[in-house]
Amino acid sequence: MKDIIILLFRSKRFIVGFVLFLGVLSFALIGPVVNPKNPFQMVGGLFSPPSDKFILGTDNLGRDVFTQLMYGTRTSLLIGCTAGVIATSIGVTIGSIAGYKGGIVEEILMGITNVFITIPSIVILILLSIAIKTRSAIVMGLVIGITAWPWTARAVRAQTSSLKTREHIDIARITGFSSLEMIIWEILPYMFSYIFMAFILQFSGGILNEATLSMLGLGPFQTVSLGVMLHWALLWEAVRTGAWWAFIPPVICLSMTTFSLMSMNSGMDEVFNPRLRRS
Amino acid sequence: MKNPFARYLLQKLVWYILAFFVAVSLNFILPRLIPGNPVAVIVNQMATGGVQSDTLERLYSTYMKEFGLDKPLYVQYFNYLRNILHLNLGTSFMLYPGKVKDLIGRALPWTIGLQVPAILSGWILGNLLGAFSAYKGGKFDSVAFTLSLVFSNIPYYCLAIVFLYLLAVRFGIFPVGGGYSFGTVPTLSWRFITDAIHHYILPYLSMVLVAIGGQAIGMREMSIYELTSDYVNYAKNLGIRDERIIRYVFKNAMLPQITGLAISFGTMMGGALVTESVFSYPGVGSLLFTAIRQSDYPLIQGCTLIITVAVLTANFLVEIAYGFIDPRIRAVQLGER
Repeated sequence: MKDIIILLFRSKRFIVGFVLFLGVLSFALIGPVVNPKNPFQMVGGLFSPPSDKFILGTDNLGRDVFTQLMYGTRTSLLIGCTAGVIATSIGVTIGSIAGYKGGIVEEILMGITNVFITIPSIVILILLSIAIKTRSAIVMGLVIGITAWPWTARAVRAQTSSLKTREHIDIARITGFSSLEMIIWEILPYMFSYIFMAFILQFSGGILNEATLSMLGLGPFQTVSLGVMLHWALLWEAVRTGAWWAFIPPVICLSMTTFSLMSMNSGMDEVFNPRLRRS
Repeated sequence: MKNPFARYLLQKLVWYILAFFVAVSLNFILPRLIPGNPVAVIVNQMATGGVQSDTLERLYSTYMKEFGLDKPLYVQYFNYLRNILHLNLGTSFMLYPGKVKDLIGRALPWTIGLQVPAILSGWILGNLLGAFSAYKGGKFDSVAFTLSLVFSNIPYYCLAIVFLYLLAVRFGIFPVGGGYSFGTVPTLSWRFITDAIHHYILPYLSMVLVAIGGQAIGMREMSIYELTSDYVNYAKNLGIRDERIIRYVFKNAMLPQITGLAISFGTMMGGALVTESVFSYPGVGSLLFTAIRQSDYPLIQGCTLIITVAVLTANFLVEIAYGFIDPRIRAVQLGER
């Protein structure tokens, strides 16, 4: 474990991503504690530009953009993380069972997976969000998570199938482990790095899906997220009136968060797949 | 079946039809989970808007008949399926008595005209860039890779908003939105076409740059794998010229990228819809945006249905192409393996 961490911090991409992500995370977690304000409170004029009093100006209803940005980033991270945990858990469960069991179980599980890979996930997301009238941030994370698992399931199945042929698996099987024990103790630990990378991908995908849904007007209720901020900017024509402070900050936050996660992922890929590491 | 290629096609077709049925069923069932009678809700909304009571009654009966909400669920489902097969997608709430079919029919050409060229050209350029930077290595590779990583991780709509603000609002090089200038009528005149192209550039650009980045990363990785494989070393030791080896590598690395093309049609959809609404481009995305804002359920359902059909069709076409191109599938068809 220690070796892996040392190796990881030799990858420039991982360090860049990690530092950026820590920055975003501390902004979202510490910001609201140090500066506890209500992001929905009207405190100034409509669309007033950045000033000493409001570092990032105010939006169309005179609400402080900087406060919104802190709370919004926090909500987006929460939704992305929830979605990532849910999607990775479902994907790993289905993928490892299908890969280990093989036969008819694999056929059925992978059949379901393929059907849900084929249907564009945005369609299911829109329909689910409409059906659930009161969406909290956590519920939104759940909804995104249960539409995002198929890719992980497919990848984990492929990994499990190839791991299954290793010798230590045969030895463990002789000692009389059940299938479940085999998967938990003999398969999953060997793809820990892989699962963690899948989680990072799902995390970043969850944040993007939140923004997409929110911008279409299906965001979390009575909460501000980065996507909700962008939705307001679109709805109240902040872009066309030139109020850049109402939409450039969430755009930067969103891009920085997903970029940091992808950069970490790409750095890990380099470390765990030595073939990609070119001298 | 005798013809193996036909068998391959049939097998794929069965999967797509299955996926289509699951999608259509979700499309049917999910909006019906909304608590309360949607028809009553919408008619009440209109009542507060001051619509006359005989109009309300007519509205109410239209929608009750269309939804068939008084009938058991399975009857509703079969009605729904029959309506879809007859391309009868119902009546819009917000633009009553406008038919959903007509509204979508008007928006669809814009969406296809924007997305298909953006995805295809982004795919081709991205693959060329990825293969080239894997081959070149060094400075070029690291610059190209970093740029690709940055661009592929900016969501389309974020790039779209930045472009719209900088190039249209701030510097006025491009129009601030729409598919064509206000007051012009879509005709096949030269003036209209140049006007439409002028409106086209920004939405296209914001989608294509992200697509290039994403494809380039995948292609670079595939090419690196291929470049370090045994056949390349062997060919090098035989003294075969570099250009020739590159061609082999490109061909082999290309195969998974074709599957990648199929995936991008599905995964780009969400971002592309939002990009349209950023530019108020008159496509399905903008239509969906307004439909959601107005709780226009028939129109939302129509949009999700058409998106599903479009993505499934595009994927199916790519799979057919893949069947032609992949020598392994061709070999199976010819009974070589």
